[in-house]
Amino acid sequence: MELYAPVNKMIPFSLVDGPGSRCSIFLQGCNIACAYCHNPETQNLCLECGTCVDQCPAGALYWDDGHVRWNKDACVQCDTCIHVCPHKASPKIEWLTPRDVFETVHSYQPFIRGITVSGGECMLRADWMRELFALCREAGLGTLIDSNGCVPFEGQDELLSVADGVMLDVKAWDEATFEHLTSGDVRVVKRNLALLAERDKIEELRIVVVPGWNDPEATIAGIAEVLGQKTAATKLKLIRFRRFGVVGELAEADSPTDERMAELEKLARNAGFELVELR
Amino acid sequence: MSEFMDIITASNLTYGQKLIHLAQAAENCEHPIPTTPEFDWFFERDAICDMHEGNAPYRPRYICCDMERFARQGSEFLRLDAPDNLDDLLMNLQILYQNVPSVTGRPVYVGQLDRLFDPFLDGLSDEEILPRFKRFLNYIDRTVASGYCHANLGPEDTRAGRLLLQADAEVQNAVPNFTLKYEEGITPDDFARLALKTSMACANPAYANHRMHKHTYAAPVDGPADGYTVVSCYNVLPIRGGAYCLDRVKLSQLADLATSPEHLLNELLPSATGALLEYMDARIKFLVEDSNFFQTSFLAREGLIERERFVGMFGMIGMHECIEKLLGPGHVYGTDPEANDLADQIMTKMTAQVQAWNAPYSEIGNGRYLMHAQAGFGDQTSSTPGVRIRVGDEPEVFFDHLRHCARMHRFFKAGVSDIFPVEPTAAQNVDALLDVVKGAFAIDDTYLSFYPSDSDLVRITGFLVKRSEMEKFARGEAVLADTSHDGEGNWRANNLADRKVRLG
Repeated sequence: MELYAPVNKMIPFSLVDGPGSRCSIFLQGCNIACAYCHNPETQNLCLECGTCVDQCPAGALYWDDGHVRWNKDACVQCDTCIHVCPHKASPKIEWLTPRDVFETVHSYQPFIRGITVSGGECMLRADWMRELFALCREAGLGTLIDSNGCVPFEGQDELLSVADGVMLDVKAWDEATFEHLTSGDVRVVKRNLALLAERDKIEELRIVVVPGWNDPEATIAGIAEVLGQKTAATKLKLIRFRRFGVVGELAEADSPTDERMAELEKLARNAGFELVELR
Repeated sequence: MSEFMDIITASNLTYGQKLIHLAQAAENCEHPIPTTPEFDWFFERDAICDMHEGNAPYRPRYICCDMERFARQGSEFLRLDAPDNLDDLLMNLQILYQNVPSVTGRPVYVGQLDRLFDPFLDGLSDEEILPRFKRFLNYIDRTVASGYCHANLGPEDTRAGRLLLQADAEVQNAVPNFTLKYEEGITPDDFARLALKTSMACANPAYANHRMHKHTYAAPVDGPADGYTVVSCYNVLPIRGGAYCLDRVKLSQLADLATSPEHLLNELLPSATGALLEYMDARIKFLVEDSNFFQTSFLAREGLIERERFVGMFGMIGMHECIEKLLGPGHVYGTDPEANDLADQIMTKMTAQVQAWNAPYSEIGNGRYLMHAQAGFGDQTSSTPGVRIRVGDEPEVFFDHLRHCARMHRFFKAGVSDIFPVEPTAAQNVDALLDVVKGAFAIDDTYLSFYPSDSDLVRITGFLVKRSEMEKFARGEAVLADTSHDGEGNWRANNLADRKVRLG
């Protein structure tokens, strides 16, 4: 049976989703709900409530046999549907096969060195991703997974064999803190961290610093303990929280100061990280 | 007031600029070059253009001295010994530059600086070299003071090349432009990354596809093996030679005279092309036979240039508007297949006619003129440079834009170029830029340039200016570099601030 995945967006050229020039593919649907999520409309699949249909100014949304449909060509990308959606979803998705996506990214060669699949949470579509990666590998394209770490990588040997690596979020370290921030279970993240480190599949680790909401000191120390000797060669990105796109409690929250970020960078270096980047 | 008095009394020109304008006005009092009725007819309708090169050429348009030869031998005429050390070399070059003419009255080419400097760096530390390079670059910026002036680097990684990139990023000058000759496999990634980082800091260097260009011209005897250099707004010319002239067909205006695409293709284009070819013949014959330039210049006598290494550049401009006028709205050049196919047909036809013409004094061009996609100057409106896509009509996806560029680049041996403002954040991921350069050059794109979209240094048609200097000139103040004059009008007239920012 053909596999399909809900694709929210494909960016032909991304500067920020891994090394070099890459095409980024964003899948719809996430298994957690971070308070600082910048793309909350990617969290859920459309429930077909139809709230957006009447409000679309371009008439690009319509009912078809009980389903909400999106006419891509008529859409003016005003995002009204996303703003009015009561379920943190988007009607603007396409269900695509690995081959559909491959054909698009293949058309971007030779300008890209690879693809990065992100989300939502792409690991919810691990089988689909495995097939896509196999096609890309054959065409000489690199393959990266961008994951929140809350879906187990255990048992995903085949996927990992065609993936260059994983860009893994470690959003907090303390269990309660993590759950408060994300609604997820950090124990899964920690198991993934250990497993991916052991297989040398960590492309980079990322901590978003959210003042008052997470524990970057403990996270840095915890990661370094898990990584052990591999700490020095593992890339760590410390990312400032920014309110852009955020809804809910953190919509008006401030970013951490430059001083705070510098302090954390120093801490990370003291913990043994040699490849630290501030964003 | 007469044209002369307007220049004499201008309040927004420096003394040096007045001198250049007065010389040009004086030259234009003479009319030694005969023209044909066909030429006059198209010229009056602005469909062919002599680039205001002056009525009576007494120096070639662009001169590309063999600076490495100069470094080996010094100059008898200038009474300069061959340099023993870096300081001597830099001083010798500064003296030479004062004696190299061009259409702007100043050198458009200052050398392949990395090759030139590298043999003179032994025994000097980076700390000793850097201030010298920065002083030298400032000297060029403040004295040549023309954005058409150009230096070359690469394709090899050299210590001098690296230090020059570092110095250029620090001085933040508009002059000279730098081109890096790039070839995958010869230019190491590490050096290319440094160059791209520099481009993101100061809009220099731009990138030439060395694999494509290096076989354009035969190498000069005992000269650089690649035989070419890039000058001005990306003219690819023979080293130890240059360009006699650059004249152009303005397709945008030619289309105004056409009743249909067939009328343009079958009647107007062959007539205008033929008229311009005849005019170029006459211009070059005057320069070579009557002006006495090559007979008297010490540059020729001392072998820094050879008359046989000069070419005539046949230019074109305004493809975008031409197609728009011929096909009407709905067929946007750059994205519409029918529009692109027609452009291809026009270029194929024009190029074939130019290549069938027996050009006088064109030994290095194998008896032919070479095609150049002219990028415009000054405040001209309604003619998008060469075969570029008009600002505002660029394809949504950057890669589609690059594919279009590569398709059109294949016609132009003497230079064609594109300019892309890019997201300032690209500075954090120069590998991504390098991937773009490699990808574009792999599909035969020949020339690329980038500048960060928030930069003070911006590219106009190809030349660099400082936004802050253009703003000064717009307020009526005199500014040192006269390319700020050209830049100011062009920037506004062609909405260059609205160029699609790439890599975002």
